[in-house]
Amino acid sequence: MKASAFTLQRVRHLNADTVELTLSGDTSDIRAPGQFVNIALPGFFLRRPVSVCDWSDGTLTLLLRLAGAGTRQLAATPPGTALDVLSGLGNGFTPPGVPPERVILAGGGIGIAPLYGLAKALSRQGIRPVAALGFRDRAGLFYVDEFRAVCDTVLIATQDGSSGVRGQITDLLQQNVSRTYVYCCGPLPMLRAVYALPHLRGGQYSFEARMGCGFGACMGCSMPFRDGWRRICKDGPVFTREEIIWEN
Amino acid sequence: MGELNKTPDLSVTLAGVRLKNPVIPASGTFGYGREYAEFYDLNLLGAFAWKGTTAQPRDGNPPPRIAEAPAGMLNAIGLQNPGIDAVIREEVPRIARTFQGPVIANVGGFTVEEYAENCRKLEDVEQCAILEINISCPNVHAGGRNFGTDPKAAAEVTAAVRRVTRKPVFMKLTPNVADITEIARACADAGADGLCLINTLLGMRVDLNTRRPVLANRTGGLSGPAVFPVAVRMVWDVYEAVRLPIIGCGGVSRAEDVAEMMLAGASAVEIGAANLRDPYLCKRIVEALPDLCGRLGVERISDLTGAAHEQEANI
Repeated sequence: MKASAFTLQRVRHLNADTVELTLSGDTSDIRAPGQFVNIALPGFFLRRPVSVCDWSDGTLTLLLRLAGAGTRQLAATPPGTALDVLSGLGNGFTPPGVPPERVILAGGGIGIAPLYGLAKALSRQGIRPVAALGFRDRAGLFYVDEFRAVCDTVLIATQDGSSGVRGQITDLLQQNVSRTYVYCCGPLPMLRAVYALPHLRGGQYSFEARMGCGFGACMGCSMPFRDGWRRICKDGPVFTREEIIWEN
Repeated sequence: MGELNKTPDLSVTLAGVRLKNPVIPASGTFGYGREYAEFYDLNLLGAFAWKGTTAQPRDGNPPPRIAEAPAGMLNAIGLQNPGIDAVIREEVPRIARTFQGPVIANVGGFTVEEYAENCRKLEDVEQCAILEINISCPNVHAGGRNFGTDPKAAAEVTAAVRRVTRKPVFMKLTPNVADITEIARACADAGADGLCLINTLLGMRVDLNTRRPVLANRTGGLSGPAVFPVAVRMVWDVYEAVRLPIIGCGGVSRAEDVAEMMLAGASAVEIGAANLRDPYLCKRIVEALPDLCGRLGVERISDLTGAAHEQEANI
């Protein structure tokens, strides 16, 4: 991890409350999909942690949900502006260790962002994964075409049925019970609901949290796991099924 | 002035302990040093204050523990730490590999006896040069006494710790009192070798959408630039009230703040929340101090300590 000066190159509005940010800068500290960066914003004390969606030499792609004043300010930043970014934070996803036909990616809302980088990394290894993506409604869809380009199959669920299956991400997973290893990212209730599915045998879950530092110093984002309280920012944000202690 | 072309002397002394410069990362924002060693060589620091350590391991408060504030942040960690025995066994040897300077051991406790016992255990840890007794954490609910807000209780802890150690004892004071000089005097009279102030200011945020407090603990400690003027004022008042070295702490985020805190009466300065936003900050500040001393016309940075008081007296 290190501090790098990135330059905002492009802000693309994907829907009413989601934007894609393209940054240029030194991405050499990013080692795995599922890691995050922490962006300093003028006028705000705490940095804003954002999952890495995609990266290459010199280019970083982030998806941002416009949740509050900080993220809205970031999305309104003019291209060409220098951004103070701590890059390469957190552990990221690791290979599944099970045959590809057992694997499924499950993302809810903005939680699909790190799964795109994962899907791309898997497809580079010759594994075109199946992705299950959950959205509020048809108007809330984003990045579906991007996922289709690197996935074998993209399944969609919306809460109102206006696109794909009407229902939750868990419904999509239950229609694919042979896929017992899940890479999961989304809001906490979604992670819990997925974790509780009886057919799943293993998986990696990416957590989000309010963070103080993002690099393990302040204990601001600690949560209880099997071997004690762990820092989402430094020990995570990705934890394996075996590390999680939710009761089923 | 104006002829200061030699390198200024940045060293300071705290109750006989020499620091190569006055810059000290503050307890609770620096862990046990390990995370920052990934950013820079810790040996450029004057010292560092480790995370508040209690007798038993503590998980801390439920999440969320962090909230944004204007020019600062709230935290309600609740003294998450591995406990004094694990720290001595595991963290102390690790620290020695990345940092060879003096460590300030921040010691927490829930009873007078616990404070004393924790300090006794640190007596043989050579690298711990100063004991910083945390009687001021706003985020733990011991169900009992609040040592930092009652002069008698503060004095009791001070005296109990003083009896079991030969190391300098610095009491870390809370700003959440009507008169901080009263607590400072009580600690001084009970044998403290120095004082560290201020800990965080008790604060709170409420979420408009959920209509609930943002922090699970409901309240938290405010830190960051927002509290800097409060800290300067309290350092000033305590400097006038007691003849003890003061570690100034609260909202420091640049080299100029270090100098201002010293002018108000601090012998050394702790930097806390600002490290969380900029993990390189202490390094940047240490590197900026020589130029700043030149600009301020001081050959020894220690000459700044309390200098604002003298000038006022000369008017």
